[in-house]
Amino acid sequence: MTLASLAQAVYVIAAILFVLSLAGLSKQTTARRGAVFGMTGMVLALAATIALSLDGSERHVLVTALLIALVFLIGASIGTWQARRVEMTQMPEMIAMLHSFVGLAAVLVGFNSYLTETHADSVHLVEVFLGIFIGAITFTGSIVAFLKLSARIKSSPLKLPGRNLLNLAGLVATAGLMAWFLASPAVLPLLLLTAVSLAIGWHLVASIGGGDMPVVVSMLNSYSGWAAAAAGFMLSNNLLIIVGALVGSSGAILSYIMCKAMNRSFVSVILGGFGSDEGAPASGGDAADYGEHRETTAAEVAEMLREARSVVITPGYGMAVAKAQYPVADLVSRLRAQGVDVRFGVHPVAGRLPGHMNVLLAEAKVPYDIVLEMDEINDDLAETDVVLVIGANDTVNPAALDDPSSPIAGMPVLEVWKAKQVIVFKRSMAAGYAGVQNPLFFKENTAMLFGDAKARVDDIVGALAAAEPVGAERS
Amino acid sequence: MRIGIPRETRDGERLVAATPTTVAQLVKLGYDVVVEAGAGAQASFPDAAYRQAGASVADAAEAWSADVVTCVNAPEPEQIAQLRPGATIVAMMAPATHPELVDAFAERGVSALALDAVPRISRAQALDVLSTMSNVAGYRAVVEAAEAYGGMFTGQVTAAGKTAPAKVFVIGGGVAGLAAIGAAGSLGAQVRAFDVRPEAGEQIESMGAQFVQAQAAQQEVSSDGYAQEMTAEQERLTAVMYAEESAKADIIITTALVRGSAPRTITAEMVAAMRPGSVIVDLAASGGGNCELTVPGAKIVTDNGVTIIGYTDLTSRLPKHTSQLFGTNIVNLMKLLTPNADGQVVLDMDDVVQRGMTVTLAGEILWPPPPVQVSAAPAAAAVVAAPVVDPAVRAQQEKEEARRKGQRQLVGYGLAAVLLALAITFSPAAFTGFFTVFVLAVFVGYYVISNVSHSLHTPLMAQTNAISGIILVGALLQIGSDNWWVTSLAFIAATVASINIFGGFLVAYRMISMFRKDA
Repeated sequence: MTLASLAQAVYVIAAILFVLSLAGLSKQTTARRGAVFGMTGMVLALAATIALSLDGSERHVLVTALLIALVFLIGASIGTWQARRVEMTQMPEMIAMLHSFVGLAAVLVGFNSYLTETHADSVHLVEVFLGIFIGAITFTGSIVAFLKLSARIKSSPLKLPGRNLLNLAGLVATAGLMAWFLASPAVLPLLLLTAVSLAIGWHLVASIGGGDMPVVVSMLNSYSGWAAAAAGFMLSNNLLIIVGALVGSSGAILSYIMCKAMNRSFVSVILGGFGSDEGAPASGGDAADYGEHRETTAAEVAEMLREARSVVITPGYGMAVAKAQYPVADLVSRLRAQGVDVRFGVHPVAGRLPGHMNVLLAEAKVPYDIVLEMDEINDDLAETDVVLVIGANDTVNPAALDDPSSPIAGMPVLEVWKAKQVIVFKRSMAAGYAGVQNPLFFKENTAMLFGDAKARVDDIVGALAAAEPVGAERS
Repeated sequence: MRIGIPRETRDGERLVAATPTTVAQLVKLGYDVVVEAGAGAQASFPDAAYRQAGASVADAAEAWSADVVTCVNAPEPEQIAQLRPGATIVAMMAPATHPELVDAFAERGVSALALDAVPRISRAQALDVLSTMSNVAGYRAVVEAAEAYGGMFTGQVTAAGKTAPAKVFVIGGGVAGLAAIGAAGSLGAQVRAFDVRPEAGEQIESMGAQFVQAQAAQQEVSSDGYAQEMTAEQERLTAVMYAEESAKADIIITTALVRGSAPRTITAEMVAAMRPGSVIVDLAASGGGNCELTVPGAKIVTDNGVTIIGYTDLTSRLPKHTSQLFGTNIVNLMKLLTPNADGQVVLDMDDVVQRGMTVTLAGEILWPPPPVQVSAAPAAAAVVAAPVVDPAVRAQQEKEEARRKGQRQLVGYGLAAVLLALAITFSPAAFTGFFTVFVLAVFVGYYVISNVSHSLHTPLMAQTNAISGIILVGALLQIGSDNWWVTSLAFIAATVASINIFGGFLVAYRMISMFRKDA
């Protein structure tokens, strides 16, 4: 009685701390406090749980204690090691992998819950069933996402014939298994269910292309929350339910924001295969005559930047791939030292994770108050002297606004072409991930700087450094 | 092949068709370049610089007898006589108003490309010398006005009192007008501008000027990128607006040229109504002038002290940069004419740009070319057509639409609420309590997360990830089971979940610590 109610009280405090933790993350200034709240809540919740677990141990307490100690030893060493080692460019992979752990844990807890609960009613059976279902989808889905993001498998969408039918068949099979399981509870239908859901999760994410990964990762984030909530229902544990619901809705909102930023419905992203449904874009895009693009050199760009009053940099996933954020940060601090107003414009879906670019820039010590969102900077672009587009493509494509037949029509984009001069850093003239040609490259005020983004930015920094002090008139 | 760059012989002309920079680019295209001695002297490009860039310097005869001759102004008859039959001559020729020139080229058996007949399509902008010249002229017009105007452009507040900024009125929002707006604006003047084409308004405003509208005087969108002449009613209303604006202005810059001829915009009465010391710069002086009193090629002062500048050589007054830009236009043209970059000119009469500017082809007269429609026009027409729907009607429709959508949503929410209530009513009591907690937590989560700054979304994901490792609680509670199966599964679950907790929290903290404010 006493221990159980004490644990409940601690759980309530932990739940409040978790809510405060997420609330703290709303601003940079309170984010650190939010992180500490989250850790404190976790320590409290785990302490109470360990006490409860030891108290209710059906084995010798020491054995249980030893097992728990071992759990933390392994978890802490691997977790800490990973957290220290991971590079910010690999953050999407790391997060995807962590999601898969939650999924796996949810499946195992679900099985255990079935095995330990001897006289289960049908509500509990449904909870177990759903918990395993969501957990298994999260598990394989996250693993595929991890493999795609870390480039261990191809990130292009897998296009199985009739993939929507396959998904539907999976769902129908799941419903059938549920009926079977409720009628005669046994381990076999649960095992079958696990196999089917693992397959669904794998297929679901495999069918989605690399560029849609921000949505997928947020979606899996959401699923991992729902899996925890399902575990909470089957264990009758309020803390699990609350936390699961918080995380679940968090991921859902992030997915929604990402979808809105791409002007696509959630369903169309999940059903996958962007650019494959309408095979037209590549051919249709090329048919139009955009004219010729112009090339420029790092030295010219350096000169242009030195003479500019305001510069906006719009980074994309290409910057992360080339690891160009450090030279970019160097460039920014040099220009700012010369009194040039430099800011960043980040599109919501730039990168492979929501907010990925912000983290990369923060890592390179770019102050966060010059990193603006699309809506904050779009109006200022017309007064900007030079825009540097580094590794972004579809997020700066004017066709999204001008060309109703474009596959990305209606997607809000950074209107960089309104600036006086646009420099596009790009490896070659290849189309972006959406397979759409970008008329920006052919605009009068656009010049292309071909090559590896990091090397080119380094060249510009070198040219700037060589030309200091400013002032020499050039002819 | 050989490209000849002769010295310009027209009186007062200081431009040259190639600079050392552009010569180097021509050489790169595979051409030999021969420059007449002293060709660039007036534009501060000495012969030595041309030699250094890879050109040879020779006399006039050699330059004129090259395979391709590029110059700024149309050649005189005796110069045409020096052209080799079969050669190509590239220059500004105004073929529409100088048919005798076209005949002379045909007679000589040369191919003539008119730089001032480039079709106005976006692909051809890189070789459009009219844009180049207009741009320079617009800038220079402001410099001339500043020199003639007895005041400062920018308003000042000093210990000795204050001065008002100059009021500049620009007529015409083409390249010259926009350049003038930009130059006047950056000197600190208050700039107002007018154009008969409504689509120019946005560009005018983007240069920082105020777009002046005459009541219903704006015309339809042009289909070929040039302004058209106005109807009588439009003309009357525009004249009223001109009178009002010119009376207020300290400086007027007129740039209205419709196909080489200049419509009258500023009448003698309007000039009479202007303040003494005001300045009018007439960029259309070459076509007779937009101002009634303009004397082409001269600067005059009227009886009431208004200076009217009708210089026709504004571009020549900035020879260095104009030549550079002009030369780059030529380089872009040669790139187009040299598809293989091997120094061989290939004229492609199926290309609208090349066809449009070809006046004669090896002695055959091809002028005038078939009309070219500006590619952007259909889109622009659509934009104009849309607002035909009465705004009030549209607002009404939108409101109606929103209301209907709201109703649908309301019904949807109501239905969801009823279903939810039914589901909870018929579920076991124990479940109801948990479900209540769940629903409330979802809503708390929704509101809390909605506030999270976009830039913190990655740390947020790591943090929620760590928190969702709370599933460890479930695993820990099962680990003490007496069933070894359960214990093993719980052990694995607990281990992966704890990796999640440690990894997630640490990495979130690491990321959050990286964000720093500008010192």
